[in-house]
Amino acid sequence: MAIEVRDVNKSFGTTPVLRDVSIDVASGSLTALLGPSGGGKSTLLRVIAGLEHPDTGTVLISGVDATRLSPQRRNVGFVFQHYAAFKHMTVYRNVAFGLEIRKRPKAEIRKRVMELLELVHLEQMADRYPSQLSGGQRQRMALARALAVEPEVLLLDEPFGALDAQVRKELRTWLRRLHDEVHVTTVFVTHDQEEAIEVADTIVVLADGAVEQVGSPADVYDNPANPFVMRFLGPVTEIGGNLVRPHDIEITADPRPGSSEATVARVVRLGFEVRVELQIGDRDAWVQVTRGVAEQLALNPGDTVNVRPNPGSRSLALTGA
Amino acid sequence: MTAETATRPAPPPRAGARRRARISGGTALGLGSAVLYLSLIVLIPLALVVWRSTDEGLGYFWRAVTTPDAWAALTLTIGASAIVALINLVLGTIIAWVLVRDRFPGKAIVDTLIDLPFALPTIVAGLVLLALYGPESPLGVNLAYSRAGVGLALLFVTLPFVVRTVQPVLIELDKDMEQAAASLGASPFQTFRRIILPNLVPAMLSGTALAFTRAISEFGSTVLISGNLPFKTQVAAVNIFSQIEGDNTTGAAAISTVLLIVALVALVSLDLLQRWGSRRG
Repeated sequence: MAIEVRDVNKSFGTTPVLRDVSIDVASGSLTALLGPSGGGKSTLLRVIAGLEHPDTGTVLISGVDATRLSPQRRNVGFVFQHYAAFKHMTVYRNVAFGLEIRKRPKAEIRKRVMELLELVHLEQMADRYPSQLSGGQRQRMALARALAVEPEVLLLDEPFGALDAQVRKELRTWLRRLHDEVHVTTVFVTHDQEEAIEVADTIVVLADGAVEQVGSPADVYDNPANPFVMRFLGPVTEIGGNLVRPHDIEITADPRPGSSEATVARVVRLGFEVRVELQIGDRDAWVQVTRGVAEQLALNPGDTVNVRPNPGSRSLALTGA
Repeated sequence: MTAETATRPAPPPRAGARRRARISGGTALGLGSAVLYLSLIVLIPLALVVWRSTDEGLGYFWRAVTTPDAWAALTLTIGASAIVALINLVLGTIIAWVLVRDRFPGKAIVDTLIDLPFALPTIVAGLVLLALYGPESPLGVNLAYSRAGVGLALLFVTLPFVVRTVQPVLIELDKDMEQAAASLGASPFQTFRRIILPNLVPAMLSGTALAFTRAISEFGSTVLISGNLPFKTQVAAVNIFSQIEGDNTTGAAAISTVLLIVALVALVSLDLLQRWGSRRG
């Protein structure tokens, strides 16, 4: 294991932000800490980096107890949401910083920095200052800077959070590919479930300072441990006291075993996807179907149809809801 | 910051750029008022002083400046101001640091007190210092009529400059930078020297230059505690005053001109230093 977090508790004042958190991060993996803001994910990342100290519990990095080590002795790379660029230094000097601190020979530094700048596609920008770069370029520089010291783990705190949607999508794909190239154990924090599913190979869902579920993206999406995880990872709707993914619902004209009667309230065409809003008893629900299915059923507002969860799909019983 | 704008490459020329470079009506009005105001308040009076100083020719100017008492006053003033500016560079930076980074009871009060030397009439400052460090000092420290007394008065009136220029920069300083440096293996000292200090230096230097130029022109606070002993504790501003009292306006103007040049040189070299620093990164 590259990182082992054991029973970590942390409070800010009287507010607990991490409660008995234990996670394992496998060497070479790309793990997402996913959760709503205020869920403790950034704090957990900062505890791993040594930028925050846990009240209780331990952090092991590559099997070594790092709980009491200062950040500069942990050999972790940390990338901040707002880049934390050294604005008085050129891109080159930013990336070289960790190596200069380690007093590596100049020639070696030069070689390594140029390699890294090439890796993040900034080789033309070596002499620029951070203020002359776009947000995406700054974040790539920050990544190169963190990678320069060959950290045992790379930690990214909402790395794409400050970027616009287009750049964010590009960088996501790019991060995934970068990870496949350099294989450094990487943990990143995000509140965007799509980002976590797309980029990570393991997702840790955190809410209210506690781990809700750990698993592969498919696992947490298809087999959520609880209604919270199910809601957080994708769209849900409620049928017969069960939480179901709207694309896992079958609409038929005739009743079938386990189906309930519903009235069509509205049909919204969103390109390929059609969103059917229903009234089941006194509750609202919605179903996502393909255009083909919608046309076959010739759905119109006011029609009565029958709905049931797809056999084989996963639904969660809502108790007391 | 100037560092960034200075190194930014010029935008490519665009069609219509020439028209944009022309001064619009609103700008002309603003620029005109600014130049007029600056001329009336600053430039014309200063030019007049310089003009006056050479009334009797350059030879007279030189003799007026190098009379033993004027020369002593000038060297004392410039030397003491330089030392005072350097002391306040260090202590002002430390005070700014404490005010921004540390938490302690009464911080808001201390923060307000820093401005007191600005707000207080300098003659009052002189009175206070004389009462505290004069012949009847309750502390038993008598600095009256000594050069140390002059230095003390100058320290007092120039304290706020470095504090007030460094403080906002320190508040705005991105703390993530320091954490990033730490995670890259930098010790707290290395982080201070390589990350924090380079970001503070421009503010520290401009605060110091302001403190220096303020110190060389100081009159009120020094006039009481120094005792104005020629060749010993008389500062340039007081020397100018006594020249005028002795009806030697040309001599007074000559010494004033020297002070003016020294202040100008200090400000210009500071600016050059900052440009050089920003080019270097």
